[in-house]
Amino acid sequence: MTHINIAGLEVGQSIGSVEILLTRDSLVRYAGASGDFNPIHYRDDIAASVGLPGVLAHGMLTMGAAIQVVVDWVGDPGRIVDYGVRFTKPVVVDPVDGAVLTISGKIGEIDAENNIVRVDISTVFNESAVLGKAQARVRI
Amino acid sequence: MVNPAVEGKTYPATDPYLVGREKIREFAHAVKSTNPNNLDVFAAQAAGYDDVIAAPTFAVVIQERSLATVLADKEADIDFSRVVHGDQRFIHARPIVAGDELTSQLTVSSVKTLGAHSMVTFETKIYDIKKDLVCTAISTLVVRGDE
Repeated sequence: MTHINIAGLEVGQSIGSVEILLTRDSLVRYAGASGDFNPIHYRDDIAASVGLPGVLAHGMLTMGAAIQVVVDWVGDPGRIVDYGVRFTKPVVVDPVDGAVLTISGKIGEIDAENNIVRVDISTVFNESAVLGKAQARVRI
Repeated sequence: MVNPAVEGKTYPATDPYLVGREKIREFAHAVKSTNPNNLDVFAAQAAGYDDVIAAPTFAVVIQERSLATVLADKEADIDFSRVVHGDQRFIHARPIVAGDELTSQLTVSSVKTLGAHSMVTFETKIYDIKKDLVCTAISTLVVRGDE
């Protein structure tokens, strides 16, 4: 059981929002933790040579950071039973200022019989959504 | 262009990956988790787990090991320098816990061609040492063709 009473939830209700700053340091840290050492995530010259507007955050870093708003709400990452996203826009990480992601979640569907709630996650960078159809199913 | 003949192909299971407690912590910090169940053994145990549990996207580390076998497969003919991650999903039967030994087995579930581009969807089943399913990771890669 969680602290959340499923009977008290409504579709459309906000579960909260958070701003996350990704810096070049965040990218290096994620590269090491995940084993994804594609240089487009840390080298400006290589990013430019393949036609990118700059060094990009790993899509999987954005995905991993975006779910934290749901984890904070439910209190236990082990309750995220299904989580999927589409990568729709790149996140360009400025060497000085980084990139700020604005992440928010709202209740998309309530399955009271199975104690499962779907949370729809919005992840915005530079006024554009960078993840599409980001949905998490959470066991309450 | 990805070889459409690999649709339906299943690759050999990977060698067991031992999930370390510090790796779970390192990954949790990297994805900006502050949740005690990712970081604090006593908190995780109080929540009913044997040890710290992994962040919800940690299974990507295991998936990548299977993906490496496909990228090395000449029959599949995937040019990694042209790959863009299209979508990703993790369906968990249970959370990944420190101490787990995980193997993964990947199947190419579809290969689609859209103009010069290919879209390849992989389904990676991740099992524990008892052969129980822990997670199904589904990933679509877009392989850009010559414009």
